[in-house]
Amino acid sequence: MEFNQIIQDAFNALQHKHSADTLFPIRQKAYESFQRQGIPTSKNEEWKYTRINGIVNNANASFNFATPIKVAGIENIPALPFTQTALQLVFVDGIFYEELSVLNPLVEVSNLQQAADKYPDYISKHAGHSSQYIKDGMQALNTAFTGNGLFLRIPKNTVMDEPIYIHHITRSIANQLFVQPRILVIVEENAQVQLVEVYNNEGKQECFTNQVTEIAVYEQARMEYYKLQDEAEHCHQVGTTHVQQVGKCFTHCVTITVSGGTVRNNLNLILEAAHNEGHMYGLYLLDGQTHADNHTIVDNMAPDCFSNEFYKGIMDGKSNGIFNGKIFVRQVAQKTNAYQSNKNILLSNAAQVNTKPQLEIFADDVKCSHGCTIGRLDDEAMFYLKARGIGDKKAKALLLHAFAEEIVEQVKPKELKLYIENLINERLEFGE
Amino acid sequence: MLQIKNLHAKIEDKQILNGINLTINPGEVHAIMGPNGSGKSTLANVLAGRSDYEVTAGEVSFNNKDLLSFSPEDRAREGLFLAFQYPVEIPGVSTTNFIKTAVNEIRKYRGEELLDAVAFLKRMKEKMKLVNIDQSLLSRSLNEGFSGGEKKRNEIFQMAMLEPTLAILDETDSGLDIDALRIVANGVNTLRNENNAVLVVTHYQRLLDYIVPDFVHVLYKGRIVKSGTKELALELEANGYDFIKQDVGELV
Repeated sequence: MEFNQIIQDAFNALQHKHSADTLFPIRQKAYESFQRQGIPTSKNEEWKYTRINGIVNNANASFNFATPIKVAGIENIPALPFTQTALQLVFVDGIFYEELSVLNPLVEVSNLQQAADKYPDYISKHAGHSSQYIKDGMQALNTAFTGNGLFLRIPKNTVMDEPIYIHHITRSIANQLFVQPRILVIVEENAQVQLVEVYNNEGKQECFTNQVTEIAVYEQARMEYYKLQDEAEHCHQVGTTHVQQVGKCFTHCVTITVSGGTVRNNLNLILEAAHNEGHMYGLYLLDGQTHADNHTIVDNMAPDCFSNEFYKGIMDGKSNGIFNGKIFVRQVAQKTNAYQSNKNILLSNAAQVNTKPQLEIFADDVKCSHGCTIGRLDDEAMFYLKARGIGDKKAKALLLHAFAEEIVEQVKPKELKLYIENLINERLEFGE
Repeated sequence: MLQIKNLHAKIEDKQILNGINLTINPGEVHAIMGPNGSGKSTLANVLAGRSDYEVTAGEVSFNNKDLLSFSPEDRAREGLFLAFQYPVEIPGVSTTNFIKTAVNEIRKYRGEELLDAVAFLKRMKEKMKLVNIDQSLLSRSLNEGFSGGEKKRNEIFQMAMLEPTLAILDETDSGLDIDALRIVANGVNTLRNENNAVLVVTHYQRLLDYIVPDFVHVLYKGRIVKSGTKELALELEANGYDFIKQDVGELV
């Protein structure tokens, strides 16, 4: 069946079944937007280098559209590789299951529909806020299916001393699968939290994740966000993480892409209050046919904000890396400090990278810098290591490891950092 | 130990070495001196295997093996060491980790048992004293932000850790104040024995006050035009290189 028809059927079924939902009109409006726009093609400037239309509209493919299932039917939830005891919020095939999650009474968890009834104010302020920045068909498509997503509230003054893992399990065992996780996180005043999104696919069929995570961070709160992408080449992802810094607060986001099929990450940092501070780090360590595209936006809407963005890429095989970093400084946002840097190493002739900084500055008293580099491994450094008896492969590994470490060290949860270091060591065959 | 015969080398299209002949025996210290552009550093780098240079003729035998057929890493594993004129800064690679990797890669090549952390640290502590290098320096990224003197001391420290049979010091004295020069020279002298040899490449005589050579060679236009004992270095210091140029009939 054609992809658009599959979506149409799934949407009709959802709206029919949940016609009384407060989210009903939001879905309806988003669906209309999707119908107008469709799946983005390379004609859309924002999608110039990343082609997904061919994946979902492949004549040979017929994606199953995930629908909610009974929890009893879900067996063997795989454990997180980092730790046995972590708090984890579990999505199966794009749908959040509270029953499968390991919760902490300090935080409030529900599905989005319940939250829409309980917290209409949060929903109206933050749910769908990302659509002001990401206006394409994928974003609309996700919004059109809002309902079974996760609502997570970190109450005022709550300091979480261990990370909360958001564990996405997809099971494309018998059929190709299209899933659409949706998450809204509210970090209230003076709260502190570390969020980690991880992905885990079972099966060999193609799997496409189209995700939207919106996070609102309030006055004096501290929010760290980590996304780890380490899936097989048959797994594709388009994901938006949208961070709205409502009050003066601190955020720190790290995106690590180690493998996958076609991966598109949108990360938005909306600095709404004066003296906001936000950090964005990214590492893409690509091989094979993996295509990883990081699109970031920093919107300075108020004066005296600080943002720092640092992305690094290592491309081997026939992989493809893309970095597009937009920084907006609005007219009121005087004394903005905004830094951006993107560094890339190409290891093979067939690997590619496209990097593009975009700065739009309307204030006159700001400090902004951006820079990007693309190169091979430094010959001088390689010779220095070899002249000490270190072989070619190991010398390369040492240098690449050092290159990656600058980003990896930004991963603060210890068990996660260790796990990522091991992944990278394995990839670089650094271990003995 | 080292026999260089009729060595010619070029970089891109520029011929730099035009027939070097040199023999170094165990226990000896040789100094290579010469004006700028004479090919001193090229010789050091060709021996270490830098790929920018192409050897166009000649042969080099190192411990009776064909040195030029080895990769740079295998030359190091065979016991050759180049102290760099400009040690490379490598952010993110800790000096300790780097040296440990180097020591064990060399041991692996030689079929020796790898040093464990305890044995390695013990050896490191011993050798650190030799060049007066601090632990805090070694836990930092390799050469990153090191002063000129610290970089050169780090080179000699690496030499001490790797125990080469032939050490080539490429202008190790450049950028050193007199105290640092003494420390570096003292390190080299302590490491000398009847089984190893040192080739000192230098511009000035002053390093040779501290590392006293058995032989001094003057390199000019890619050839050794004069060889002698340490007195030759003093003569050069007093008279400059002009008399060499006159000797070879090049001066106008």
